[in-house]
Amino acid sequence: MKPELMTGNRAAASAARLARVDYVPAYPITPQTEIIETIAYWVREGTMDSKFVQLESEHSMMTAAGAASLAGARVFTATSSQGLLYAMEMLYNVSGWRAPMVLANVSRALAAPIVLEPDHNDVLAARDSGFLQFHSETCQEVADLVLLAYRVAEDRRVMLPAIVNLDGFYLSFTREKVVLPEQAEVDVFLPPYDPPHPIRATSPVAKGSAVMEGHLYSYFRYNMHAAALRAKEVFNEAARDYQGHFGRAYGPVDGYRLEDADYVLTMSNSFTTLGRQAVNRMREQGVKAGLLKLRMVRPFPSEEVAALLRGRKAAAVFDQNLSPGMGGVFYPEVAASLYHLKDRPETLLPVVGGLGGKQLTADEMCKVFETMRAVGKGAAKPDPMFLMRADELARAKKALATAGVQG
Amino acid sequence: MSTTTKFRTLKDMPKEDYIAPGNTLCAGCGGALAMRIFHKVLGPNLAWVNAAGCMTIATSYPLAPLKSNWLYTAFASAPAGAQGLRDGLDVLMAKGKLRRSEDLKVVVVTGDGAAYDIGFQSTAGAIQRGLDFYYLCYDNEAYGNTGFQMSSSTPYGSSSKTTPATAAFPYGNTDTKKDLFEAWRALKAPYIATLSNSHGVDFLRKVEKGGTAKGPKLYIDFAACPTGWGFDPKQSIEVEKLAVQTGAWPLKEAVDGVVKHTYVPGAFSPVRNYLRTQERYEHLFKPVERPEAIATIQKSVNDYWAKAAAEEGLKVRLAEG
Repeated sequence: MKPELMTGNRAAASAARLARVDYVPAYPITPQTEIIETIAYWVREGTMDSKFVQLESEHSMMTAAGAASLAGARVFTATSSQGLLYAMEMLYNVSGWRAPMVLANVSRALAAPIVLEPDHNDVLAARDSGFLQFHSETCQEVADLVLLAYRVAEDRRVMLPAIVNLDGFYLSFTREKVVLPEQAEVDVFLPPYDPPHPIRATSPVAKGSAVMEGHLYSYFRYNMHAAALRAKEVFNEAARDYQGHFGRAYGPVDGYRLEDADYVLTMSNSFTTLGRQAVNRMREQGVKAGLLKLRMVRPFPSEEVAALLRGRKAAAVFDQNLSPGMGGVFYPEVAASLYHLKDRPETLLPVVGGLGGKQLTADEMCKVFETMRAVGKGAAKPDPMFLMRADELARAKKALATAGVQG
Repeated sequence: MSTTTKFRTLKDMPKEDYIAPGNTLCAGCGGALAMRIFHKVLGPNLAWVNAAGCMTIATSYPLAPLKSNWLYTAFASAPAGAQGLRDGLDVLMAKGKLRRSEDLKVVVVTGDGAAYDIGFQSTAGAIQRGLDFYYLCYDNEAYGNTGFQMSSSTPYGSSSKTTPATAAFPYGNTDTKKDLFEAWRALKAPYIATLSNSHGVDFLRKVEKGGTAKGPKLYIDFAACPTGWGFDPKQSIEVEKLAVQTGAWPLKEAVDGVVKHTYVPGAFSPVRNYLRTQERYEHLFKPVERPEAIATIQKSVNDYWAKAAAEEGLKVRLAEG
């Protein structure tokens, strides 16, 4: 196929159509709505053979999605931000049902205060839900990861639902060059869903049964964890197959200019593109800078992170999220991946930035590299960086003054 | 909608049972009995979609007391689970991926806490979308599974764990029971009915009749709750019968919005006869009687039936207020 210019939202919808999904329960929310509008239009014009139903809330939408998956349908849906949190109870249920649907989450920061632009507190609130998570840097990745997510989720070794994350605005409403796979090739890569124990008249099943004792609950939760861990190898298998069909290669993580890097920035999602620019600038200045992108977030690619960060002088973890009272969510996950290594980086710098879609510049990312280099050897724990430029702080103070806040 | 019936007397109750005896529910549970009768009418090809409540714990891994499908969803969204299941089956059949013989009836089973309160929104959504499903609310007039806290179905004068009768609040709950039947009717469901397990033929006919309608078929079953209401489990049917005979639980249906009472007591028994059977109303009689509260309840029953009589041309001999 020829490259087309399309938004991340359209890329997500296109991949759902290519996956020949049977059912799309939906509910609107900015910046996701274009996905469901696009699908609704395609279904009504007859170019997408799916049933589209608009529910009365995201909680109901996720319930319907999981139930349809248990009926044996291939299910796609999308949400964002508050919607993901409104559905949160059902995320845990749907994963517990082992219902392998795919959800596109268009990241948007959480209220209060309400804002429309992205950070990752929404999708990371679903971190422990049992959904697999794949995060996109580009619109091309959105389309590819949706197709890969179905292959992994529906694999009998996994049988877990998956989230494909894309940043609101930066991907959702930004048109980029995307090459969509040919339908015939997708049909080979992704055969129809074959559910193991669907709800049927002639072979009744009980789904979502209560377990009244902790040992049974523990058994099933450990089981889910084991399945989530297996998902990494299943992803790698599927990704090799995907590369064979479509030429694009995907791993759980991506390295950029890591071959001799002393200083490595770890990050995820669309701002990674800015991180790459900063790496290039630092390289021009003679600094051995590199970047590690997290694509797979659940299961967490601990081995890959360890393999690519060990032996470096310093690493930073850029978190576009904030757990108040702790810091970034990815930082402790990266630290835990490195802890057992004797040759782990002496400095692991925590960085928080881009909250609520706050613009980042390559300048700020270069500052992160400079701080990594400046942190002395043997420093127990470097001070976390909270990115805010002087001009932004001045604008914030001006707004406070307008609101009548003194001093 | 069909008006013929195969149910003339209780002897016409189908013999086949789809729910095993010896399940984990309380003795004398009106909700379990309602599920059992409901299932008899609908036959084997069925999927229950459950909201959190008493019935949830009847299916406890690795045991299930059912010969049919079961899906536990969550407290608030069983109707959305029914939507997804119905839609999933429909789309697979439409695409030729599923044989029609695998089709089944989708039945929500929920307590009043879910139906009247936390699941009201998702129920309204399913009705408004015209979802083709059955909805059985076993109404025991409080959150029974958590130990009997008030719901918006709890009637005036009932005590509950969150509306206990005290010296300062001698009547227990003083809010009015939500009129779920009328709320559903406003949403234009094609078939709505109230049920009582004590009036089996009326029950059987309504499930049969609703089944001839396409769209939401909604039932509120008066589900006696020995544990929560405080009476001997063997009295469940008697207590339900008294609720009907006193007029406290009207048996009625709405076909395309037109309401008709399906049973009118020959002579209404005073409501106090019903209230006296249960510990949840004990504070209205002991240590001192609260005639003003009992009169308030009697008046609300009489007002209800006077209005129904006027609207439907019924002859009613109401009890003294």
